[in-house]
Amino acid sequence: MTLPDGVERRSFGEKEGLATRGEPVYGEPTDGAWRRWDPRRSKLGAMLENGMETGLSGGETVLYLGAAAGTTVGHVADFASPTYAVEFAARPARDLLSVAESRRNLFPLLKDARKPETYAHVVEPVDALIQDVATRGQAKVALANRRFLREDGRLLMAIKARSEDVTADPDAVFETVLGSLEDGYEILETGPLAPFHEDHLAVVARPR
Amino acid sequence: MTDRRSPSTGWFAGIDPGDPEAAAGAIRDGSGDAVREWPQVAVESGAFDSEADYYAALHDATVTATRAAVREAETADDRQLIHSVRAMDDCERVANELAERVAEWAGSRREDAGTGVDYAGTLAGEDDAAEPLVSLARRVCDLDDEAASLRAHVQRTAPEVAPNLSALAGPVLAARLVALAGGLKDLARKPSGTIQVLGAEEALFAHLRGHAPSPKHGVIFVHEAIQGTSPEHRGSAARALAGKLAIAARIDHYTGDRKPELDAELEERIERIRERETE
Repeated sequence: MTLPDGVERRSFGEKEGLATRGEPVYGEPTDGAWRRWDPRRSKLGAMLENGMETGLSGGETVLYLGAAAGTTVGHVADFASPTYAVEFAARPARDLLSVAESRRNLFPLLKDARKPETYAHVVEPVDALIQDVATRGQAKVALANRRFLREDGRLLMAIKARSEDVTADPDAVFETVLGSLEDGYEILETGPLAPFHEDHLAVVARPR
Repeated sequence: MTDRRSPSTGWFAGIDPGDPEAAAGAIRDGSGDAVREWPQVAVESGAFDSEADYYAALHDATVTATRAAVREAETADDRQLIHSVRAMDDCERVANELAERVAEWAGSRREDAGTGVDYAGTLAGEDDAAEPLVSLARRVCDLDDEAASLRAHVQRTAPEVAPNLSALAGPVLAARLVALAGGLKDLARKPSGTIQVLGAEEALFAHLRGHAPSPKHGVIFVHEAIQGTSPEHRGSAARALAGKLAIAARIDHYTGDRKPELDAELEERIERIRERETE
């Protein structure tokens, strides 16, 4: 698998890890202009670390759903072009703002990812839809936002089993979510995010 | 006014590109159903000279809109909670102090004088409002009522501000911890050992000066996990409780999602600590 342009493996002290170039966000280790992308703090980071074929090559237009405090989306904006970051909760958006201030290509949107009509007047068609939302109905969110994805674009999604149903067996949850996703997407690859995140399934898909 | 946009126009339609406030309003309140190549549309329609100009304006507008929304949410949350819990404590403290004054005064004049806020309540019920003692007793009751309504307010708002912390600590204790730390963000950044002794600063500094044992707990002392544990295991219980409260505060600050599994984890830890007693 190939890393997107703008993402490299660098060594930080005795540890080696993924890195992007940009203003540090939360005091992560840096090496010159490079800053460490910790896969334990980032589902997308874990997907790249685990060698999944994300289809990202760098410089794409991205819609990121569930930006939270901006840890991952900051790295995405470091290697992508226009990056739209949707987050629903105002509290983590405080930190997202400071990430966005030093990144001119990052556009924070305090919106509900379940209601794409509330940001369709802002977001342009994108090459990658990255989704990390901790809410029930994760497949529904991906389907509702499919309208933004270009025909040859990619959906990169981390399904969180516990957000759908705390009590159910994660594998059963994944199967249900994948089943619903197939209404609008062709699944290209799935894989666990272990050892970085438990009870998550990463999905790479393209719109059909 | 620009809020009557047709569904297929972008956020920039009818907006003066030099006015970030108006642009931010359009980002926040606008909507649309058609996805379009907005940068291209914006340049072709003459709203912007180039895509670079468009993106620069979009950045300023989205950051301004988000900052405004965050500020609104902030004024409605932890700062307000801190004010209300401090006001509640002030009212309770002053009501108690004044009730003591009432009791002392009443003792000099009546054989059957009682003590406390309850006695002030009985006195306040007397008809003779012109009597200064009765008038003061009424003030005590009013303050006590005010404290009760502030407590109800804290109980209602703390779970909105810090859902997990409130579930674990109870809303009033959660509010006190936030107030002692100076805010939810500050609490979220404190190690659990600090949270464990919040409110016991005097004892902590006496210990650090070297002439006192280290305090086991601060305001978390009132929590059932500590109250219900025998004294020799309270240190462990306080450590376990503070650890879970620290995690709860971090989740509340950084994501705001409710994690019910935390409650069960705390219960289990305390259960295990109490089992040592029976051995």
